[in-house]
Amino acid sequence: MSIAAPQGGHEALDVNAVRRDFPVLEQTVRGKPLAYLDNAATSQKPRRVIEAIDHYYRHDNANIHRGVHTLSERATAAYENAREGLARFINANSAKELVFLRGTTEAINLVANAWARPKLGRGDRVLITEAEHHSNIVPWQLLCEQTGAELRVVPVTDSGELDLDAFEQELTGEPAIFAVGHVSNALGTVNPLEYLIPRAKAVGATVVVDGAQATPHLAVDVQALGCDFYAFSGHKMFGPTGIGCLWGRAEHLDAMPPWQGGGEMIKVVRFDKSLWNDIPHKFEAGTPNIAGAIGLGEAAAYISELGIDRIAAREALLLEHATRVLSEVPGLRIIGTGPHKAAVVSFVMTDIHPHDLGTILDHEGIAIRAGHHCAMPLMERFGVAATTRASMAMYNTTEEIDRLAAALTRAREVLA
Amino acid sequence: MDLQSLYHEIIVDHNRRPRNFRRIEDATRMSEGHNPLCGDKLKLYVLLEDGVIKDVSFEGSGCAISMASASLLTERLKGRPEAEAEELFEEMHRLLTSDSEAEADTDKLGKLASLAGVRAYPSRVKCATLSWHTLHAALEGEDLISTE
Repeated sequence: MSIAAPQGGHEALDVNAVRRDFPVLEQTVRGKPLAYLDNAATSQKPRRVIEAIDHYYRHDNANIHRGVHTLSERATAAYENAREGLARFINANSAKELVFLRGTTEAINLVANAWARPKLGRGDRVLITEAEHHSNIVPWQLLCEQTGAELRVVPVTDSGELDLDAFEQELTGEPAIFAVGHVSNALGTVNPLEYLIPRAKAVGATVVVDGAQATPHLAVDVQALGCDFYAFSGHKMFGPTGIGCLWGRAEHLDAMPPWQGGGEMIKVVRFDKSLWNDIPHKFEAGTPNIAGAIGLGEAAAYISELGIDRIAAREALLLEHATRVLSEVPGLRIIGTGPHKAAVVSFVMTDIHPHDLGTILDHEGIAIRAGHHCAMPLMERFGVAATTRASMAMYNTTEEIDRLAAALTRAREVLA
Repeated sequence: MDLQSLYHEIIVDHNRRPRNFRRIEDATRMSEGHNPLCGDKLKLYVLLEDGVIKDVSFEGSGCAISMASASLLTERLKGRPEAEAEELFEEMHRLLTSDSEAEADTDKLGKLASLAGVRAYPSRVKCATLSWHTLHAALEGEDLISTE
């Protein structure tokens, strides 16, 4: 397996060929072809990812880094090869800067506990935004409770974009940490990191980016972004669940104490004092999710081969189509109307609760998400308890979106 | 299972025109129910006199199933003895949850049996039971109940 740096091709994606890569899409649900429009919750897995995991368990399964037998060497090579590929995928300076964890949530908790907690105290500020997923709110809230630091929140505007004036105002308070999502899972808004990060760095903040919704949709270059930490999850980017990565600057990771203790993360264990392993292993206590890492490496290779720019172009087309046809559905209001969005359309319908819509759409074979999307403060900001969210991946089609729009129109008849 | 079995005309009607959707100023019991998963929230008011539910009403927002269930509850229990509410609570549980061994008595349930279709949608059962749990809490004199 080798992973090239993300690059764009000039020809458009062959959608039918891409769809054939995903076995799960070849099924009917309640007698209708499955239209899977819940990709922001989790993406589907291409055959080659499933096969890479299968291959590992059939042929190479062994524990890594310590065994001297052939299988252990193969497993170690596959695991570290995946790390190197993923480091290239986000243009990290070195694979040492990439820690395998369970996912974005664990990655943010690691930064909050091992980086921020020893540094923060009363009088310090942690800045987040109103649009964050609970996984980029609650770890900081816990941190603030433990350290006496203050949690500050940048609001979003009516279009679901970050209020940049309020952001600038917050920077005058010189936050120690600025934690921000690259792409909003609930609304799809792409945050202007190229503006936000230099501004936050200029006042001395450590910048932590939740990239869970970004890696499957747009090119990520952590060196160009200039952030301090970048977290992402495998299952949002066509890889398996239970695996994700934290990228951190080597000098930060070196300076951080371990978070969890156990095997793998040590060099020497003595009862009077143990010596920690080098990064990234210092943060990978216990036998890791080896198959997951290999699967995630394969997913990144798949994205790179399709071309992230071609994926983005395909999704831009789907977003444009979805925004247009859904806007024409009577009584439908889209929440999140900024100009820079991933292929996510979050909406409410007059007099129809999202959960009723979810059930009615399921009867049409259409999978969407109804609920608060783990962003309860954002729902409150827009005065709704929940929204219905259609989130697209490059394998979705305009026909599927048309079926969604037609089913939404019929939903009103069911409940009328 | 077709959609009409779930969104029965009685449910659609009670969702569109919920009965007893108001506050009771002199309520003797009040309880709030909340389903954090979907954001359904309701307040249930009861005027209890000598073991009889003289008046019962609700306010809140939620999906069609939860609104209709609350509306049907108030319509059914107004003027009925408190003990009957607890009996129906048990009966509704039998109707809606597949793990119950005994068959629900649909004659006894009357219109409430129109919620039977929910049983085929495990993720929606909580929507239908929220008002009943909230009523139970109100009658027990508890303050706040969550189905989560």
